[in-house]
Amino acid sequence: MSEIPVKQVARTLHIQILRHNPQDPDSEPHLQTFELEEADTMTLFIALNEIREQRDPSLQFDFVCRAGICGSCGIIINGRPGLACRTLTKDLPDHITLAPLPAFELIGDLSVNTGAWMRGMSEQLETWVHSQGLEQVNLDAVEQPMEPELAEQIYELERCIECGCCVAACGTAQMREDFVGAVGLNQITRFRLDPRDERSDAQFYQLVGDESGVFGCMTLLGCEDMCPKDLPLAAQIAFLRRRMAIAGH
Amino acid sequence: MQIIYTDVLVIGGGLAGTRAAIGAKRRGQDVIILSLVPAKRSHSAAAQGGMQASLGNCLGGAGDNEDIHFADTVRGSDWGADQEVVRMFAHTAPKAIRELAAWGVPWNRVVRGEHEITEDGRKKIIAEADAAHGLITSRNFGGTRKWRACYVSDGTGHAMLYTMSNQAIAANIPVHERMEALALIHDGERCCGAIVRNLITGELLAYVAKATCIATGGFGRIYRVSTNAIINEGMGAAIALETGIANLGNMEAIQFHPTGIFPAGILVTEGCRGDGGLLLDGDGHRFMPDYEPEKKELASRDVVSRRMAEHIAAGHGAQSRFGEHLWLDIRLLGRDHINNKLREVKEICQYFLGVDPVADLIPVRPAQHYSMGGVRTDHRGQSPQLKGLFAAGEAACWDMHGFNRLGGNSVAETVVAGMIVGDTMADFCDTADGALSVSTALVEEFGRREQQRLGSIATAGGVENTFELIKLMQETMTANVGIFRTGDRLQEAVSILQELQRRSRNISLRSNAPGANPELVAAYRLQGMLKLAQCVAYGALQRTESRGAHYRADHPRRNDREWMRRTLATWPGAEADLPSLDYEPLNIMSMEIPPGWRGYGAKDYIDHPDTALRQQQIDNAMAGMATADRHARQEALMPFKHLLPEHLRQSNERLRDEP
Repeated sequence: MSEIPVKQVARTLHIQILRHNPQDPDSEPHLQTFELEEADTMTLFIALNEIREQRDPSLQFDFVCRAGICGSCGIIINGRPGLACRTLTKDLPDHITLAPLPAFELIGDLSVNTGAWMRGMSEQLETWVHSQGLEQVNLDAVEQPMEPELAEQIYELERCIECGCCVAACGTAQMREDFVGAVGLNQITRFRLDPRDERSDAQFYQLVGDESGVFGCMTLLGCEDMCPKDLPLAAQIAFLRRRMAIAGH
Repeated sequence: MQIIYTDVLVIGGGLAGTRAAIGAKRRGQDVIILSLVPAKRSHSAAAQGGMQASLGNCLGGAGDNEDIHFADTVRGSDWGADQEVVRMFAHTAPKAIRELAAWGVPWNRVVRGEHEITEDGRKKIIAEADAAHGLITSRNFGGTRKWRACYVSDGTGHAMLYTMSNQAIAANIPVHERMEALALIHDGERCCGAIVRNLITGELLAYVAKATCIATGGFGRIYRVSTNAIINEGMGAAIALETGIANLGNMEAIQFHPTGIFPAGILVTEGCRGDGGLLLDGDGHRFMPDYEPEKKELASRDVVSRRMAEHIAAGHGAQSRFGEHLWLDIRLLGRDHINNKLREVKEICQYFLGVDPVADLIPVRPAQHYSMGGVRTDHRGQSPQLKGLFAAGEAACWDMHGFNRLGGNSVAETVVAGMIVGDTMADFCDTADGALSVSTALVEEFGRREQQRLGSIATAGGVENTFELIKLMQETMTANVGIFRTGDRLQEAVSILQELQRRSRNISLRSNAPGANPELVAAYRLQGMLKLAQCVAYGALQRTESRGAHYRADHPRRNDREWMRRTLATWPGAEADLPSLDYEPLNIMSMEIPPGWRGYGAKDYIDHPDTALRQQQIDNAMAGMATADRHARQEALMPFKHLLPEHLRQSNERLRDEP
């Protein structure tokens, strides 16, 4: 029988958090350290809630599913972007520094507005199936077949949860506000792969054929290294760059 | 206070709300969606295993149709569902999935030829037909007679929600994110929108709308152990209840999912068992066949959860320092299957438990999962009490689930209900009924009321700690209003909740941070959650029978004679500490399937005298229709198509249509 792994001796964790409340005119960005006793199977979700409930109820952060599937809780953990909900404190040193993801509008403390950024990206790149007559689909008829392998390939790219870790880890995104990031480029490759989407490469080129798109990527690979869903982002961007270079000629 | 006007206001950006919004927008209505969080982070994304729709493409689904889906759902509900609604649902589900297929959901597809599958602990070879190749495939789920759960690996809800949200963006529907509806604006008869709080700035604003739709999902967070996202605090149902006019149906009907990972309560999909996974006890013994020889691990969720709790109580649990649990074994499915079809499960096990389900057992224990109850609506999704108020999805009691929902029927309901309610709201807005004359004075008054309420919480200067009260509520619900319920324990819960309600008016906030202030958010939500919790506990106390997920150890039999009725809860006033309950009869004489044994679970129940009469009627009617097709036979028993929007009434075509 397997056992749930548990720790034997409780550590004291020193959690240092970059605090700032833009709604408060008197607030200045500063680091604040909270000490708390580590518990078995403690995640940063549990630790941050404990801090809010017992130490400082004004602490802001975002969690929704707390199961690693909704993408709400991307933060910088000891210098690296990651999902707080599924980060176990046992995998971290005693001193933990938490900061909000850069490149997104700060809402307060660890909470950033990834939602507005992602909506903007979706509108800019038109991340939906473009097909004539979508409103006239005959819903009574047997659906169009699709090659099973192709459906799985599309899902592989669709597993992105728009957490923003790739944007936070991207050199270009820190310098260019209009860069669509690996998240955006990945979505273009997803819709390009989908035969239901009738757009041509020339049309995709209009969306990503410049430095705000695929030609802005510096191939630093931070996106792929930091992707919590292990999406093959670098390969997708390289592939898309080749197709777009051809389409642009 | 800023006032925003729109035709349709949808509260909730998950699958149900977004589909309803798209439907209304297509009909030319102005639509705004409010969402607590970025819409794609809604809890719909957490649905893993599948969406039930009777396509019947794969071998395990061959012969499936609306009739079987209908019957499975009615039996699953333990005859608590509205059978006309179940018919509307089963008929529309194939259309919903085909629409999503056209919109871009990468449904897993049938692969022609031979495959190895795992069934009842053994390997078996099946062969899929050439003609089915490339059509949408499906997997087995609990309480169903066919493989009907269509899926995208185990990220079904994620794929559905992203496709749906992207279509809403394509349709140019604004989603006002990080916005929370605090109160519905109404004049006693007509809902005219909502007072809304901006969760970034803390400001209040008003949305005035002809039609307002509650699509805020469930309220699992009134429990300590729940698979639900932390935003599932039921505020949509709470603000409907707080009108004192709209009522909530069957709030005591709470589903516990058999496989929440232990102790975190995070869901691993029913697809694990559907694909051949087993439940083992502390001794490694597969115990479900001992209790449920017919369906074993694949009985309905209420039955499996109850058997698990029973087995643990009998001393057969596995021990751990967090308490007792059982094991889910998916090792027999093999590495390839787990890596392809159960990859979220694999990630969850890896990150939260540090185990690899290819090689290790998964510690599980039932956890609160779903709210069958919610805002009571009519067949088309409108509140019968408050004109202009609609509800869809888990937040609603449209009542297709009765006292137990089948796995895969929730995401299916969200889309189907969204399709129907979107149209209904557009119809409403287009007719004289929908015309709205609302005075700004009324809007301002509701705004002032909410401002005062928040102000009085912030400055109450009491002694109570919000977070402690939340914990006490959650502990009480998990301990006293769980899988096994008794009159004593429920009475105790009702008293504790009354006490907590009193204490919640005497809160002291430690923080007055400008902006949304998370402590203030928790404090005002607590008041709504306590009302919902009380509807659950008090409704459960009054229902002296066992039906579906509502199990009274002191009243262990389903009692059709006295309890063929739906609980309706209203909140009598701000100072009240109990809901007032009313009951709506379920008429056996108009049922297509009169009550009986479900095919799993307890065989012992108390009959209603109408059951035999209705069965006789049905037998007589069917005797004269031996040569009629199944549609005509169904029509003769319980016509329902007139209840659907006209464009959804046509028959569904299938690969293997019967002659």
